[in-house]
Amino acid sequence: MRYAETGYNLEIDLATGNIERVETDPKVMETHLGGLGTSVKLHWDRVGPEVKPFDDENMLIFSSGVLNATPAFSANRTVVTFVSPESDLLAYPMMGGFWSAELKYAGYDKVILRNKSPKWVYVWINNDKVELRDASHLVGKGALETQDLIRRELNQPNAQVAAIGIAGENRCFTASIEQGRSSASRLGGGAVLGDKKVKAVAVRGTKDINLARGEEFMKHMMDMMKYINFRNENPIPDVMTILSGIGSPQEMVHTDEQWHTENFMWGNARTRRRGFWSKEISEEWPKVQKEGIKRLISCMNCPQHCGALISYKDTPRYMAKCFGKLTYAMAAYVDNMEFAWKTLQRATEYGLDSFSTPQIIAFGIELYEAGILTDKDFEGAPNDKEGRFIWLLDRVARREGIGDVLADGVYRAARKIGNGAEQFDHNTIKKHEQLPLKLGTLDPLYYLMYSTNEKISITQIEGNWPQSAFATMEQRENFVKDWPQLPDESWKQWLLEWDQRGEKAIPFYPTPEICSEIVDWMEMLHNIDDACCVCAGMSSFCLKPPYHIHNYPKIISSATGLDLDEGSLKKIVNRSRNLHRAFNNRRGMARVDEKPPADHWKRRWPELEENLLSTYYKFKGWDQNGIPTKERLHELDLDYVAEDLEKRGILKDGQD
Amino acid sequence: MAKIKKKVKTIKVDADKCNGCRGCELVCSAYHSSPKYSTINPARSRIQIIRHPLKDIWLPVFAGEYAPAECMGRDVYTIDGKEYDECTFCRAACPSRDIFKEPDSGLPLKCDMCESDPPLEKPKCVEWCLNDVLTYEEREEEVEEGVEMEEVEVGLKSMINKYGMQNILDTVNRISQKQ
Ligand code: SF4
Ligand code: SF4
Ligand code: SF4
Repeated sequence: MRYAETGYNLEIDLATGNIERVETDPKVMETHLGGLGTSVKLHWDRVGPEVKPFDDENMLIFSSGVLNATPAFSANRTVVTFVSPESDLLAYPMMGGFWSAELKYAGYDKVILRNKSPKWVYVWINNDKVELRDASHLVGKGALETQDLIRRELNQPNAQVAAIGIAGENRCFTASIEQGRSSASRLGGGAVLGDKKVKAVAVRGTKDINLARGEEFMKHMMDMMKYINFRNENPIPDVMTILSGIGSPQEMVHTDEQWHTENFMWGNARTRRRGFWSKEISEEWPKVQKEGIKRLISCMNCPQHCGALISYKDTPRYMAKCFGKLTYAMAAYVDNMEFAWKTLQRATEYGLDSFSTPQIIAFGIELYEAGILTDKDFEGAPNDKEGRFIWLLDRVARREGIGDVLADGVYRAARKIGNGAEQFDHNTIKKHEQLPLKLGTLDPLYYLMYSTNEKISITQIEGNWPQSAFATMEQRENFVKDWPQLPDESWKQWLLEWDQRGEKAIPFYPTPEICSEIVDWMEMLHNIDDACCVCAGMSSFCLKPPYHIHNYPKIISSATGLDLDEGSLKKIVNRSRNLHRAFNNRRGMARVDEKPPADHWKRRWPELEENLLSTYYKFKGWDQNGIPTKERLHELDLDYVAEDLEKRGILKDGQD
Repeated sequence: MAKIKKKVKTIKVDADKCNGCRGCELVCSAYHSSPKYSTINPARSRIQIIRHPLKDIWLPVFAGEYAPAECMGRDVYTIDGKEYDECTFCRAACPSRDIFKEPDSGLPLKCDMCESDPPLEKPKCVEWCLNDVLTYEEREEEVEEGVEMEEVEVGLKSMINKYGMQNILDTVNRISQKQ
């Protein structure tokens, strides 16, 4: 019997319409666990470095993780993997919601999509019955609209549907895959799905998932429930509100946005507006926010309230979460929350990533104001800020005129437009738009996270370590007092010594060695979450979370029956993490690509930065070009990877 | 008929607080699996969240009595501008639909308030719901003595309805001879 996983994948060849239910090797769970881990393995085995994002051979996998569909709190992510049209690397955006659990109840761990369908289809998975259904009538429909239309035509109100909007149909590089209140947004999964002519994947399942040691597993969950209650009642003091609780950022609950609006950049990651949160705004915005929120909602089996049903005036209803609430208004320089609610609705139906897309539009408008784009490019655009922004959003989603160029993302659009446009591309890493943050002094921890993580999106790398030093010793002592999540007691000292000013402050403290430990630990936690498909909001992304390295092995072991301790769990996710890196190395990614934007910090220390990177690479067991060494790969039972990298001349003997 | 004292167990549902997490469905199915907590399957849960997210409907409904035949009279609700299909909010395990039935055997499910020996402090779904949607209450009431259908009986009746009395009798006979 298989525990926690179903033991089956669904393999769909879209070109021929052939659908197979394939039993997976139980050994793969022992070596790669599940979720992102086992998906990376499939991509490595099947997708060579020559495969381009819109080639037939670019597989797209929808995957659940080992804890989805069990009572593990907040284990509800679906991880979507594919070679990204934007970064040309293996992307893995995730969505919360209800989809992955439903897939497991239908009897599958993954849906693997190969090749392209000759005509528009959607996939309908109803337990053992799986079919490709005509979707020609859904072309042009909104991402959210499509989900309801499919549920209605199947007469299956409980089916979970992940769908693309017209941005995905048109292969916009920032097209998302939307599902209820959630979305797999970053890096253009919607574009790859659209390229395959798959409008949606709908699933309904009514089968059992087995737990290896159910009673024991539930005891762990009851302990966790107590801790969740405790954390919800006791927010962490001395940190920003948004960091004080658990769950993904509670953007729908919190209305005080002074921090985001005054510290994040407006426009094309350009202007910091200190003093924006005036008396007037601080009354108006929360009022409009509350007017828009009809109900706070969660993902599967999670007590938090990160999402909301939005019903604002005559804007059609939709669901929202996270920072999307602010990104459009801030990118458009519009001091009006109403604009935010309305634009987010439009963008959600289009199926666009609400982090990258606003920046692309702001970039376009900046180019126009700088005279690099001209009246001809903006022919027909309204003159007011709001109107012009929406006009351009429409053009991007439809790939019309200048929108067609911008839909390839800031990096590529800048190079296509030329004429100095490259200078305005100042907020991308590995061709991918970053959070609009520009800060003062180089932060060594963030330097490493930004530079080296395969996610290329800081909000899904950072997490367990406080974002900055506490001002007073009292605050530090208070913080470390109850911190069982730390891998080792001795680490507390680092936080106690960490100062806001002087020798023991950034950029020189934490030291490169300590930074390596901390960043590696945070990344490892994300990798465990991603294999289990647990929400990072309840784990790797928040301070003092319910899930951590000490309880994870017990939880996973009682669910799956695997014999696990901290060391062996760490080894499994390190294996997947290095395989992922090797996949990207094989596509050409190396040290030269690993750098934050030049203006991310005002004060930089080039020598220190090089040292940080070199120290971290060494710590990770990578050579000085950022490639996992033969020894490291051997330790992780990845000799076949070393061999491949050597054959391709990416790993060279004796070079580290 | 004689009057007897009966414990009435109520779960109050404050549907406005429900965030739609379906944790109650998970834990109910886990608790009722055998051995306990060995399998999870919300389709086997005796509580179901009726969800129409865009219409702001997140309604926990508990499995009620088994209905051998479809109701003659039906209700159609309109809420927030949407008209719901007949029977959408009904508690019965009924031949007209799949809800509140074991997905494989089709046997009806009924919320048993997590009866167990020794009794739980509160039913599992109530304990699991961290949003205070579900609250458990007990009170004593005088009721007329009646025949309470036990679970076996409910199950058997539904099988009889499905396969006919003779078939069931023959099968029971055959099985008992084999043992
Ligand atoms: S913490 Fe928020 S985003 Fe994460 S699972 Fe819960 S509701 Fe979803
Ligand atoms: S009271 Fe018990 S049997 Fe009834 S729905 Fe809740 S968990 Fe299930
Ligand atoms: S556990 Fe509570 S909040 Fe979650 S769906 Fe059930 S009733 Fe609603």
